[in-house]
Amino acid sequence: MRIEHLSKMFGDFTALSGINLEIHEREFVCFLGPSGCGKTTLLRAIAGLDIQTSGKIEQAGLDISALPPSERDFGIVFQSYALFPNLTVVKNVAYGLENRKLPRGEIRTRVAELLALVGLGDQGDKYPAQLSGGQQQRVALARAIATSPGLLLLDEPLSALDAKVRVYLRHEIRSLQRRLGVTTVMVTHDQEEALTMADRIVVMNQGVIEQIGAPMDIYRRPATAFVADFIGTMNFLPGVAEGPDRVRVGQVVLACDAGDAEPGAQVTLAVRPEDIALQDVKSSAENAFEVEIGSMEFLGSFFRAELADEAMADTRLRADWSINLVRRHGLEQGQRLHIALPRDRIRVYPQSSLHG
Amino acid sequence: MANLTATESAGRVRPKLGRDDWAMRGLMVAIGLYLIVSLALPLYAMMSKSFEIYAYQPQLIEFQVNEGQGWRPVLNALDLGEELGVLKRGELVTTADGRLQATRFFPDFSFLSETRYRIRNTEPASGGFMIRGTRIVHDEWVEYSSGDFRRVTLRPGISTGLGNYLSYFSTPALFTSIYNSLTIALISTLVTVSLAFGFAYALTRSSMPFKGAFKAIAMVPILVPSLLPGIALIYLFGKQSLVLKVLQWMFGEEAVAGLWTSLIQGAYGPTEIYGPIGIVIASVFFTFPHALLIILTAMAIADARLYEAATALRAPKSRIFWTVTLPGARYGLISAGFVVFNLVITDFGVPKVIGGQFNVLAVDIYKQVIGQQNFQMGAVVSVVLLIPALIAFTVDRFVQRKQVAQLSARAVPYEPKPNRRFDNLMLSYCGLVAVFILGVLAVCQYAALIKFWPYNLSFSLNNYNFDVMDGGGWEAYGNSIRLGFYTAICGTALVFLGAYLVEKGRGFGYGRAGFQFLAMMPMAVPGMVLGLAYIFFFNDPANPLNGIYATMGILVVCTVTHFYTVSHLTAVTALKQMDPEFESVSQSLKQPFYRTFGRVTAPVCAPAILDISIYLFVNAMTTVSAVVFLYSPDTTLASVAVLNMDDAGDVAPAAAMGMMIFYTNATVRLVHAFLTKGVLTRTQAWRGR
Amino acid sequence: MRKNPITRLIGAAAMGAAAMTLVTGPVLAKTELTVYTAVEAEDLKRYAAAFNEDYPDIEIKWVRDSTGIVTAKLLAEKNNPQADVVWGLAATSLLLMKGEGMLEPYAPNGLENLDAKFRDSDNPPYWTGMDAWVASVCFNTVEGKKYNLPVPSSWKDLTKAVYKGHVAMPNPNSSGTGFLDVSSWLQIFGEKGGWAFMDDLHKNISHYTHSGSKPCKQAAAGEIPIGVSFAFRGAKSKAAGAPLEIVVPSEGIGWDMEATAIIRGTEKLDAVKKLVDWTITEKANRLYNQGYAVVAIPGLAKPVKYFPAGITEAMIDNDFEFAARNRNRILTEWQSRYDSKSEPKK
Repeated sequence: MRIEHLSKMFGDFTALSGINLEIHEREFVCFLGPSGCGKTTLLRAIAGLDIQTSGKIEQAGLDISALPPSERDFGIVFQSYALFPNLTVVKNVAYGLENRKLPRGEIRTRVAELLALVGLGDQGDKYPAQLSGGQQQRVALARAIATSPGLLLLDEPLSALDAKVRVYLRHEIRSLQRRLGVTTVMVTHDQEEALTMADRIVVMNQGVIEQIGAPMDIYRRPATAFVADFIGTMNFLPGVAEGPDRVRVGQVVLACDAGDAEPGAQVTLAVRPEDIALQDVKSSAENAFEVEIGSMEFLGSFFRAELADEAMADTRLRADWSINLVRRHGLEQGQRLHIALPRDRIRVYPQSSLHG
Repeated sequence: MANLTATESAGRVRPKLGRDDWAMRGLMVAIGLYLIVSLALPLYAMMSKSFEIYAYQPQLIEFQVNEGQGWRPVLNALDLGEELGVLKRGELVTTADGRLQATRFFPDFSFLSETRYRIRNTEPASGGFMIRGTRIVHDEWVEYSSGDFRRVTLRPGISTGLGNYLSYFSTPALFTSIYNSLTIALISTLVTVSLAFGFAYALTRSSMPFKGAFKAIAMVPILVPSLLPGIALIYLFGKQSLVLKVLQWMFGEEAVAGLWTSLIQGAYGPTEIYGPIGIVIASVFFTFPHALLIILTAMAIADARLYEAATALRAPKSRIFWTVTLPGARYGLISAGFVVFNLVITDFGVPKVIGGQFNVLAVDIYKQVIGQQNFQMGAVVSVVLLIPALIAFTVDRFVQRKQVAQLSARAVPYEPKPNRRFDNLMLSYCGLVAVFILGVLAVCQYAALIKFWPYNLSFSLNNYNFDVMDGGGWEAYGNSIRLGFYTAICGTALVFLGAYLVEKGRGFGYGRAGFQFLAMMPMAVPGMVLGLAYIFFFNDPANPLNGIYATMGILVVCTVTHFYTVSHLTAVTALKQMDPEFESVSQSLKQPFYRTFGRVTAPVCAPAILDISIYLFVNAMTTVSAVVFLYSPDTTLASVAVLNMDDAGDVAPAAAMGMMIFYTNATVRLVHAFLTKGVLTRTQAWRGR
Repeated sequence: MRKNPITRLIGAAAMGAAAMTLVTGPVLAKTELTVYTAVEAEDLKRYAAAFNEDYPDIEIKWVRDSTGIVTAKLLAEKNNPQADVVWGLAATSLLLMKGEGMLEPYAPNGLENLDAKFRDSDNPPYWTGMDAWVASVCFNTVEGKKYNLPVPSSWKDLTKAVYKGHVAMPNPNSSGTGFLDVSSWLQIFGEKGGWAFMDDLHKNISHYTHSGSKPCKQAAAGEIPIGVSFAFRGAKSKAAGAPLEIVVPSEGIGWDMEATAIIRGTEKLDAVKKLVDWTITEKANRLYNQGYAVVAIPGLAKPVKYFPAGITEAMIDNDFEFAARNRNRILTEWQSRYDSKSEPKK
């Protein structure tokens, strides 16, 4: 599936602009972004429910840009489940199979198969309102894949569920998708969901794609300050480029890949809290400097320390250290120590890009 | 950015429409066309009719006189008339059956003289003239002896202009109705809204018993034609007042007579119940449930937290009332006010029965059209009546929009706490209202069973012998039931499908907005106006739809259109509550829209569909205003029979027929309640868990 | 009546769905005539039944209303007539229609038997008469006693102050009875005197009714002590047990003729002619005589029960031409003077 130069306007408001995207066969792609970023709009454009203002969508080599939903090939699951309340589970699942000249027996077998697949083999005669939210969403999923569509679209399918059910369903959906090999696009605002489920993530913001990549890529190498900020936790340090591989933050000069930044340009450095090294740091080591622990916050499996130093002016750093590490070094509030920012863990962004 | 926009617009995607889209748009256009044909075009026809003038055309008539000395020069009738002061330019307007005697142009005329006269109509297609009832349709000179000439009359011809409006506003008997109508509507509105507010207050803010029963009783007036309270008032307070008779029986004739005379026959003369007071009382009766429903809705959403806060601040009850209760209900009150105002000013049944000589706009239309068949003037009054109705409608829509916004705010429902004195007070108030409502029905039923009120009080079923009376007899009753069913079935199907298409269709924004506008229009059009507009539009032999004139079909069309808006809004509300993604899912499953409509949408909305059909049925049974112009000998209606029997002085049979309508509607309501329950348990099993 | 396919279709669909049983009965090969009439509703069944004894294959569809309304309705439908025939409408109104070219001249069998007054002067006549209906005053004796009202004996009596608010009369704009009252007063008292009389009477009028029989029915029910109406109605109510006295005012009483005419353009001329022939038979005249003291065939009428004595003698020499010619002018004048009781008089 290929999307080219896709834009969508609602009156004067640009909901999507210049979207280019390729989705491969059998791939699980997540559209991730804050609410209002255009991810659902993009999904609905792919479905043909809200057709784009301009741009092209191709599916299996065919141009489907202008086709109504009924002439496209996809199954869809909504956050609200959209199960027909007056039909039983069996009839809901069978809904798309009827009217296709299939023999009744075949439909019955297929529905039974599907319900078994989603683990609801014995719930067929119930009405949707008699099922739990998670069960309803599984019925919706069964209904969507009943017709063996070439593309499965999931619009925030887990958002309305309890945290536990959500985690459980994540795995189930993912393994189902693997088993069926159906190309899947899921919209979510939950990064954890995206990181755990997707083959590739499309991070969107304000109607444009910020980054496309595998979960690890997105986490490790956020392409923009927005992605860096949106995914996971991140320290941002204001700095000035001093050369292609040197940036000064306060009085500390850090070695890093400053990219194209002109010397003297204002830049933003980003480093993840868990990447701040503590162990065996010598004052002479690269990117090492001394800080004072401002506060220690216990967050269950780790501590989050807030680090500051006059040399860094007002900038504070957050560092996540495991309980083990903290115990071994006997860290506590007010203590001074040396830390290092590993060169390959520092990302440099033009300053204006954050919140831009 | 500019570049981007340019390329974007170049590559703009034109969505391809699927089969469903075409079908849905086609259907929507079809229903839109129905509304245009059944509403917009007739109204247009009526507007143009109001500018159609019948006027004498003396400028086209020429005279010649021969007094024995040969023919004198040709005289133009207009010049001659102006010279003599017989007629003036601009004062030639008359009605279709206006006649002007030719002799009036000759003040010295004597039919015994030997003078001979010639007359010529220069334009044969014009009104021209006639002799002894025979029209002359050529433009040759016709010669008469004076004996024959006295039988020559000028006829009016048709032209276009503002003449009808001018003559309307220069006839005090007509334009005072504007003032009368506005006054009556205003007073009735104030009284109804106050009473309904009190009732709603008792139902929502007290913990008195029998709330359900009171609410049911308060809805009863919806089930009867508005003529019925008028009839009841005649029996209650007319010359042979039942109230007076009861008082006399209780306190003795002498004791009551003086008081009664001074009370009832005081300032307004002896028949004062026939007139404004009667109209107001009867109007209050029939508008009460409409106001109550709106105010109840507004008060039901009151936020308990406000009451708790006010009580915590030790505000006295009266202060809470003025600072919390009243402001909370204000949109409801305003909306109810406009609805009642609109109902009263456009109602025709009440003033017709009990208005006496007090003229109001709606009755004027009837009098002009039915009484005098002056259709042009009827159209003028209709246009005049349309204005306040339109204003009230617009304001009401505006206010309701605000109320919706208020509704969506989250509130904690208020639970009234028992308070013996207050509850008893409210109970007695509601009791009084309920006694009045039931009393009206009881009086009508009693009167219907009395042989010859007030001189023979034995019981008899004579008054049910409708077949020897005006109005169409028992056949009319059967017709009404047929009309009720046809309207309920066709109307519900049409309205619900229309609402579905406009609510669930894809794209076609302008089309849907246009349809929405069309669907709202009927509410702004008074029934009398709609009925009259139908005459103009459908009784035109040139209209291809002329065939439905004088059939049951036109009554169904008229009734469906008349009550379209409320039904449409009910349907839209129900549809809005449905998940909008049902349609998306169905499309992804490649199911045609009608399948989803039939298997999911309609069954899920079954309660709303039943509500709409019952609403249409009840209104088809009780409506008079629109159909009074449209019924034919084959399609007489019970509600119109009530009117006609009352008109002919057969008041007791009119009451009897009115009660038949009530029993029918009440039965249908009960069946509906029963059905709804059945439907709910059968098809809506999914609702409960 | 015509019904178009769409109506039938809608009808059929709705029928099925509603499982209704109120079908209008089996369709027979009958000729159906639409007959416009102002005859009292309770007489219509009787007339139709008597006619059907002789012509069972012709079915009558009555369209009944007050005289003024039937007149106006016919005029309004001039270009698209719905009626086949008029049976029982004021001759004044039929004269008006003749003028509009709406009537079909026809000389029914037995025309020669009719009193010359009871037929149109043209040959063949445009209309033929049935009976005369005469104005009267219905006086409720019980109510009269209650308000100490003397029984009036003349029209002028009704203008006395004692009757203030106790008189009802029909609105001549809609009621034929009302119009014949007004036109007779103009003939009895002269143009000026007539209007002056009505000005005085207007002060005593409680209300004007839409229909001509209502004042008498109201008087019968005690809603008003005095109702200006017509004799036949009064006699009926008296027979029903109402405490009425039917007064024949001494100045003379207006009357009009109920008459029959064929509407030009009817597609059922054969059946219509049969009907019109029948309406002037002796049988028909006897039927009319049950309610009306004067009928078209001379010497046939028997006295009518409860009718006041001397009513035939009191009938004025009515000038129908005058009434027809001046109808519009009189009604316009009347409306501007009295149509709104709340309006100060000019």
